[in-house]
Amino acid sequence: MRRFVIGRAKSLLNRSYQYHCQDQALLRPLAPSHSRFLSSTPGLDSSSTSSASSMAPPVSLDTINPKVLECEYAVRGEIVTLAQRLQDELKAKPGSQPFDEILYCNIGNPQSLGQQPIAFFREVIALCDHPSILDKSETQGLFSADAIERAWQILDQIPGRATGAYSHSQGVKGLRDTIAAGIEARDGFPANPNDIFLTDGASPAVHMMMQLLIRSEKDGMLCPIPQYPLYSASIALHGGSLVPYYLDEATGWGLEISELKKQLEDAKSKGITVRALVVINPGNPTGQVLAEDNQRAIVEFCKQEGLVLLADEVYQENVYVPEKKFHSFKKIARSMGYGEEDICLVSFQSVSKGYYGECGKRGGYMEVTGFSPEVREQIYKVASVNLCSNISGQILASLVMSPPKVGDESYESYSAEKDGILSSLARRAKTLEDAFNNLEGVTCNKAEGAMYLFPRIRLPQKAIKAAEAAKKAPDAFYCQRLLNATGVVVVPGSGFGQVPGTWHFRCTILPQEDKIPAIVSRLTEFHKSFMDEFRD
Amino acid sequence: MAPKALDYESLNENVKKVQYAVRGELYLRASELQKEGKKIIFTNVGNPHALGQKPLTFPRQVVALCQAPFLLDDPNVGLLFPADAIARAKHYLSMTSGGLGAYSDSRGIPGIRKEVAEFIGRRDEYPSDPELIFLTDGASKGVMQILNTIIRGEGDGVLVPVPQYPLYSAAISLFGGSLVPYYLEETANWGLDVNDLRHAVFQARSKGITVRAMVIINPGNPTGQCLSEANLREILHFCYQENLVLLGDEVYQQNIYQDERPFISARKVLMDMGPPISKEIQLVSFHTVSKGYWGECGQRGGYFEMTNIPPQTVDEIYKVASISLSPNVPAQIFMALMVNPPKPGDISYEQYIRESKGILESLRRRARIMTDGFNSCRNVVCNFTEGAMYSFPQIRLPPKAIDAAKKAGKVPDVFYCLKLLEATGISTVPGSGFGQKEGVFHLRTTILPAEEDMPAIMASFKKFNDEFMDEYDDHRGYSRM
Repeated sequence: MRRFVIGRAKSLLNRSYQYHCQDQALLRPLAPSHSRFLSSTPGLDSSSTSSASSMAPPVSLDTINPKVLECEYAVRGEIVTLAQRLQDELKAKPGSQPFDEILYCNIGNPQSLGQQPIAFFREVIALCDHPSILDKSETQGLFSADAIERAWQILDQIPGRATGAYSHSQGVKGLRDTIAAGIEARDGFPANPNDIFLTDGASPAVHMMMQLLIRSEKDGMLCPIPQYPLYSASIALHGGSLVPYYLDEATGWGLEISELKKQLEDAKSKGITVRALVVINPGNPTGQVLAEDNQRAIVEFCKQEGLVLLADEVYQENVYVPEKKFHSFKKIARSMGYGEEDICLVSFQSVSKGYYGECGKRGGYMEVTGFSPEVREQIYKVASVNLCSNISGQILASLVMSPPKVGDESYESYSAEKDGILSSLARRAKTLEDAFNNLEGVTCNKAEGAMYLFPRIRLPQKAIKAAEAAKKAPDAFYCQRLLNATGVVVVPGSGFGQVPGTWHFRCTILPQEDKIPAIVSRLTEFHKSFMDEFRD
Repeated sequence: MAPKALDYESLNENVKKVQYAVRGELYLRASELQKEGKKIIFTNVGNPHALGQKPLTFPRQVVALCQAPFLLDDPNVGLLFPADAIARAKHYLSMTSGGLGAYSDSRGIPGIRKEVAEFIGRRDEYPSDPELIFLTDGASKGVMQILNTIIRGEGDGVLVPVPQYPLYSAAISLFGGSLVPYYLEETANWGLDVNDLRHAVFQARSKGITVRAMVIINPGNPTGQCLSEANLREILHFCYQENLVLLGDEVYQQNIYQDERPFISARKVLMDMGPPISKEIQLVSFHTVSKGYWGECGQRGGYFEMTNIPPQTVDEIYKVASISLSPNVPAQIFMALMVNPPKPGDISYEQYIRESKGILESLRRRARIMTDGFNSCRNVVCNFTEGAMYSFPQIRLPPKAIDAAKKAGKVPDVFYCLKLLEATGISTVPGSGFGQKEGVFHLRTTILPAEEDMPAIMASFKKFNDEFMDEYDDHRGYSRM
């Protein structure tokens, strides 16, 4: 079980050896056995070179930044490497595995599993990438008129229409205006374009905030357990402490203020200054959509305790249940009468999720409110060192926040694509949820939103012992067996955090609908035989 | 009510220490003036397309097709796109798993890394391993990643040239390390003396700093000098003796404006030196689509190539890369096209060559125009821009000017540059943003304004400078080296 709170290694060398001795699912594997043209330095890093100095080479495992060693990211961890190896084997020798293909259900990467991009968005982006065709008559025949019009509009907002130039470090002003207008339309409260920082996906924005907030390991960040491991990794990389608050599986992964308070006090008593509260809504991996009064209580809590509220809202367009709706934390705070002086709030959004699923574009932004001008200057300064985020991603972010409207030429087709994707996601969420719940000893909360299911598996003692013998965490053991039997790749729950002694895995709802029945039957069959083997 | 959660005082100190002048005070002032309606010529950053350089046609065609693959199914696509662009788009799309909208391998698409490796192999005549090449969202992200991997704390020092591109100083501050400066010699064409390096390391060590890495920028930024093969050998020997990892920023390798010293990569020189040294010196080399004659800054495309880095360390770097999931896919395709451009016989070859040559030859001419323009001013000395995209003239300021700057609460070169901006709209970056010897002042400008605008810009500069000198010169002598 991973340690979360106060995780700094006592000694660099100890840690690096520990790290390699533990065979957890979280570990990055040793490099795959592809040939290396160059003979890299031999074997272990501590072997000395024959240089005049007999010190270890400058960049070796025992001389690199220990925070790099400490951080972990299971979503692309060991199990994925194993899957890739199996995939290579399958390619080389078809029929060598009990399955025809590897199905990557480890990562929220919709378009890699067949989801189609929104045509209108791609039309606009293509035109912005190659504006010299805008003048040509043939273009009218290949592109919809409103895409052409939108491309012109966007290009006019970019100085010199130069999409290949670095923009303002917060992103093109005109695009931020569009995004601010989109936020206002969504929330009913104004948004300031100067509060928006466009980034290469939401992840760099999260890193920026961690960098700003963490001074030392005495600075703590309240994070949900289970959480999306970007947070734990980023906190480790920046040398801070993760202060966990447990979501309640029994109540649909509910977030209790009492739990927040308890963990906050606990951290304080250990000498930790808690700086911020991370809330992922809709949740990842848990999928719950917070109820409004829950959100109000969270806002109140942050205000009372002087915490920055870091609201990861990248799944805002992924809500599958009619009884819940997404409300941004900004909207909630403003509707409570809280303004800039009352609460520091950072909202993260991305083009990677929703119904658009444009992961590979790396588009996203953070909206930063409630900070003093001096602090905003610092945020700007850090953003400026990287100059700017990629322009195509910026354009996409503006499209996501202001898609075609009723009456636009592309509206009907856009609407059909969007509804098709979202309703399909809702169906898949339900089908897989039911399938998991039908497995012996498995319970699975409903995925109200996001893109994942996080079933709990109750492993028999025999299985746990077998896992120990194989030097694996029980959930990793289960997941590897699942992979070997079915070709389905999921991520062990320990990658996200869970109540000690409980086991889960995260599975996406993203394989195309026609593949779902086969997945369900393979999973069911595997689970039955696993339980037959290990039942107490 | 509880205290504000995020006060200036409670920010990470390392963040506060960071300086990045390229988009600092001068740029912010220029932006303000622009908003007020003044015409500004932004020469503060190497951003060619912002100053009118056109993107190359072929890559834009290919990427547009990749963005909207439905075009490939349309029978009329050939009316707008040449066949080789269409073929290339299909080629790169087939390498993705789901098109441009899917996260790729965290190191970048394997097929593209292979093309990068092949490019390096052709360039250097030694094979390169795609597994040791990581694509990144711009070279800057790669630099930050590597520095973050190396720096453990303020006890770790990184040798950085002065003047330097301030990404290095900013990153070192951000990660809490120590910058160990080594001065380039302006009178020797910004040359590098190994004795200075030794001295810098000795001084650092006497302060208890462990010097871990050495940065070279070749061609230099802001200085433009191109390192000779002998120079590179010396540097590599030095790194070997002092056990340093060499970080080779080679983003300007296509921007060479003289023929005496063509670009030669640090890796080629290292390999030429043969074993054991070629198998032991650790090297990371950086490249980008932002510079050269491509100038595709806004795409954020780059890579780093590792040499002699142990497999387990490579895995750690891979792990950190995976947290950010993947570099943006469109830029990966730009990178592939850059390392694997149209070949003779391809439909788009002639246009590609014509466009590329046009840009490079113009840059060469502009480098000359600018250097000569600066040198025509009596108090300005400017080394020729051998490479990269900048001019870094030394401005000799009379004592009266320095006093006036002090009174205004500004560093002298900032004072000069602000006045230059207000008078002419030319937005430069003061030399203090890059580092310079005490009492010596410079500014950095780019050679990127359109060729037809150059004479007017240089005339405007000269007019301002001569008037400035008339105001502040009392003929008692200038600041000098």
